[in-house]
Amino acid sequence: MKLKQLESLLGNLQQFDNPKIELEQYPTGAHIASRMLYTAENSFGDVSNKVVADFGCGCGTLGLAATLLDAEHVIGLDVDDESLEIASINAEDLEVEMGLIQCEIKNLRWQGQIVDTVVMNPPFGTRKKGADMEFLSTALKVASQAVYSLHKTTTREHIKRAALRDYGASSAELRYDLPKQYKFHKKKDVDIAVDLWRFVPKPKHESSS
Amino acid sequence: MYRGTLTVHVPSSWTNRVQMHPHDEAERVVEGVINGFLLLIEAERVVEKQVDFNPDFLKNMFSKIDWKALADASKTMGYDELPDEVPDPSVLDSQFLQKFHHALLELHLEEGTLVCPETGRRFPVNKGIPNMLLHENEV
Repeated sequence: MKLKQLESLLGNLQQFDNPKIELEQYPTGAHIASRMLYTAENSFGDVSNKVVADFGCGCGTLGLAATLLDAEHVIGLDVDDESLEIASINAEDLEVEMGLIQCEIKNLRWQGQIVDTVVMNPPFGTRKKGADMEFLSTALKVASQAVYSLHKTTTREHIKRAALRDYGASSAELRYDLPKQYKFHKKKDVDIAVDLWRFVPKPKHESSS
Repeated sequence: MYRGTLTVHVPSSWTNRVQMHPHDEAERVVEGVINGFLLLIEAERVVEKQVDFNPDFLKNMFSKIDWKALADASKTMGYDELPDEVPDPSVLDSQFLQKFHHALLELHLEEGTLVCPETGRRFPVNKGIPNMLLHENEV
């Protein structure tokens, strides 16, 4: 699928009716979502034929992008049932399947190496302090191959250090496939620069069940 | 206080081992050595959905999943064709893979409940979405 086509399909998805500020709900724009998943697939092969989880999926944009790029199976997780409802409708409209689970990411553990890739646009932690780190920590526990995540540019050093030192990442790369300073419209008059990261978790050792 | 870690076994094995974990327990968990309690399924409505057959993917998944869990869950959802014993990986022929495919990917729990046998904790499933939110007193 061509990037432009992917972006177009994502641009037609339904978004939040009434975004819940306390959950930092805002749509992941089609421009950034399409480029994020396109990079994951074309540069690293992290999407097609893989199991992909979208943490904090909201209306499902990232997860649905993964299905359109031929992920074998995609699961979206979010705390908010209204968002999951919209994600479900979006999946139907695109005629794709996406598993959905309502849960809190910070409490999540996923036994086994089932999930290959985690994609996410996590809360920045402006409402609930440390939310971004909770997402990153859990993502690196769950993913067996790669984590793609968006974080504020201002937190760049902190994110890198935490990922490598505390959360079991063997590498933390900034991806410059996006325009260098991607302005992320959170409110109409405020732009927030974000970085796209690719983290690789250290291999996990598991006893066989 | 809810202490157990649970293994969810919903439709396919994606959520096979989803666990809900109180946050501070996380640091004490030895990675990969988690005793999961298999959630029991109370199926009210199961839907079969067609999914494209991908043998390479299935062979890869075979080594990752808990066979008994899959066989039990499939039975609960009305599909009885999987052998109880783990098949030898060397004999994963097309016929077996079709059954595996069906159980793993095509059975969806639309309405029902997941129940932790240890604590009795119930997680409802509505419109195919399990609600695994923990209550405040469980965290």
